[in-house]
Amino acid sequence: MAVTVSPESDVVASPVQRGLKEGFYAGAISLGLFVLFIGLKTGQNISNELVVTTRWGLLVAVVIATAVGRFLYVAYGQPFMANQKIADVATGLLPGSVASRFFQLPWFIAAVTAAVLLFVFNNSLAGWVGAEPAGYLQFLRALAIIYVLACVIYYFRAFIHANFTKLGIAALVLYPILVVAVLSLNAWSIVGGLQGSLKWVDNFGIQILIYVMLAWGLNIVVGLAGLLDLGYVAFYALGAYAYALLATQYGLSFWILLPAAGAMAALWGVLLGFPVLRLRGDYLAIVTLAFGEIIRLVLINWREVTNGSAGISGIPKVSFFGLMSFNVSDSNYIAKVLHIAQSGAYYKIFLYYLILGLCLLTAFVTIRLRRLPVGRAWEALREDEIACRSLGINTTTTKLTAFATGAMFGGFAGSFFAARQGFVSPESFVFLESAIILAIVVLGGMGSLVGIAVAAMVMIGGTEALRELDFLKQIFGPDFTPELYRMLLFGMAMVIVMLWKPRGFVGSREPTAFLKERRAVSSSFTKEGHG
Amino acid sequence: MAGTTLLDIKGVQTYYGNIRALNGVDVTVNQGEIVALIGANGAGKSTLMMTIFGAPRARAGTITFAGTDITQMPTHEIARMRIAQSPEGRRIFPRMTVMENLQMGASLDNLKHYDEDVEKVFTLFPRLKERIAQRGGTLSGGEQQMLSIGRALMARPKLLLLDEPSLGLAPLIVKQIFDAIRELNRTQGLTVFLVEQNAFGALKLATRGYVMVNGNVTMSGTGKELLANPEVRAAYLEGGHH
Repeated sequence: MAVTVSPESDVVASPVQRGLKEGFYAGAISLGLFVLFIGLKTGQNISNELVVTTRWGLLVAVVIATAVGRFLYVAYGQPFMANQKIADVATGLLPGSVASRFFQLPWFIAAVTAAVLLFVFNNSLAGWVGAEPAGYLQFLRALAIIYVLACVIYYFRAFIHANFTKLGIAALVLYPILVVAVLSLNAWSIVGGLQGSLKWVDNFGIQILIYVMLAWGLNIVVGLAGLLDLGYVAFYALGAYAYALLATQYGLSFWILLPAAGAMAALWGVLLGFPVLRLRGDYLAIVTLAFGEIIRLVLINWREVTNGSAGISGIPKVSFFGLMSFNVSDSNYIAKVLHIAQSGAYYKIFLYYLILGLCLLTAFVTIRLRRLPVGRAWEALREDEIACRSLGINTTTTKLTAFATGAMFGGFAGSFFAARQGFVSPESFVFLESAIILAIVVLGGMGSLVGIAVAAMVMIGGTEALRELDFLKQIFGPDFTPELYRMLLFGMAMVIVMLWKPRGFVGSREPTAFLKERRAVSSSFTKEGHG
Repeated sequence: MAGTTLLDIKGVQTYYGNIRALNGVDVTVNQGEIVALIGANGAGKSTLMMTIFGAPRARAGTITFAGTDITQMPTHEIARMRIAQSPEGRRIFPRMTVMENLQMGASLDNLKHYDEDVEKVFTLFPRLKERIAQRGGTLSGGEQQMLSIGRALMARPKLLLLDEPSLGLAPLIVKQIFDAIRELNRTQGLTVFLVEQNAFGALKLATRGYVMVNGNVTMSGTGKELLANPEVRAAYLEGGHH
């Protein structure tokens, strides 16, 4: 910790003194930065003249917030964290000590009560207090729920840590059922619950799982084989268009086209692989980036086949293995067959389980392959290509199988995407998608399936959740649209994670070879910087 | 079995672009021998080692291994002839554990004798067994060298190529490694071709030796002859304390 020594007195400044000083500096810097950004706003009046409006109040608020924030951080935050570290060395009790103060039983009970009350009386409360404060109440409810969940995770952390994968899969399987159950209770009707579940199952569940699958697919290429691929979205596009075109033109079923789309994407993976066999690192990244753009431009310009920028619409839905259909007009519509109420939610829930199944397939294949010679060769290739060759590994086939396998899962995800949306256009397959998928792989910790799944939840779920923050309109005015700040927050989150965990959420890698028994690699052996 | 030619290098020329690194090198390694190639920095020792593995490829001359011409074979095919290499700079897999590194070495053998061979490597280098679950990149230099040799041995090679096994290691570790090589040669009859700057240690270990200067083999003879040779002594041994 830096200690400021003033030349006159030779006395070490107390944290509060330093906090005052640094708070003042921070305020001055933010004043200098924001005086033009926030203090002045230019606009046009009716006669097209430039007018300057001043917003001194807002500027003062921002500057004061910055100064006070810096003061609190330096005066109280830093000494607190330093104390925590000392406690850790002496007793070994940290990080428990902060957490056990934060997660206490009375608070837990209070949070549960608050969450339940706000949940049950949600609609009537909105009636009493009006729509605007109801936004705050919903935010409060969300905070209470998050706190309760955090408490549960904290108290059962050892159990959760030991059974993370099983618990995760169980939670994912139960998720739509829980959502429907909770919302049905809330609305006192199952149909209402099904209707309300659409958003949660579709926007959160399916959306996140598509990215989990894409990231796990890309993980084979980038995380395991170490081949930096910036054009992964091309395979996603190929899968989507393969399903869209073959289903609309020839009326083939999803269950035939899913493997066909995967095979087609894998073929293109090999075709891309051949010219780039000699490339690595930056050069490979540029060529794959170009490949992604070529595919997108072909989709835009080859109008006779792809219908150009207008895209392809009316893509048929997936059927329940040919037994039941999800089209209301069909004679074997699911509600007619099972004699239940009509709802669009059945299809979404079915899609959720379909993509969950595809994700688990991806994970299963990846885990198995890592233990087979080809998977070990991928990892060795990432580590050292020359050593690989001198150990008799054919690096050509190794690279091509990595590209093909990764591309195949991209193709699966693409055909699922087309079936879910019912519409595809080149708009969905821009470079930003590749970048997001790669960011998820890197944030999760390259090669770690669990880390990547968590990263996908944080990134995709987080950006989706920002759509829900309507109460922010109360603070920033009705013009404020939180969605527009999604990418800003997305970027900030990435920077923070990379500062805090430079190797991603799960930076250690699980070994695949053992002498007699499994032995965990101690975290002290998994330092930064070595490959 | 000693005496039959295992590796025969004839008139090999290798280029980096337009620069000739090897000017027609002739080297022979017989079954059961330890052959050392010594020379100064930039003499072309490592280039010869890598040319045997086809990267870079020889532009002229032939390389024959156990009667098969391997000059134009792809690198991984050459390795499958059961030539194993501990390359310059060791080139172990840094993020993989010791065990996984050894497993990668055994992939040529399809893991058939895996357990048996792992035990053999651990008998030869007990230090590796202590480090079994540790990542390769966190080992010390000497341990990495042991791992590199151990990994090469996992393929059950007929010929072991070692590129500067003593590079950057403490004298005590160098001795351990040279002892291990001698032991392998004596008990298992393993043929070893070794490139070294540590001329004294290498020639003492070797049955025969070659001296390389500027891409040419200038001298050859038994290890003892070369050690006694005044020119060799002047160029490579005087002033060195071993």
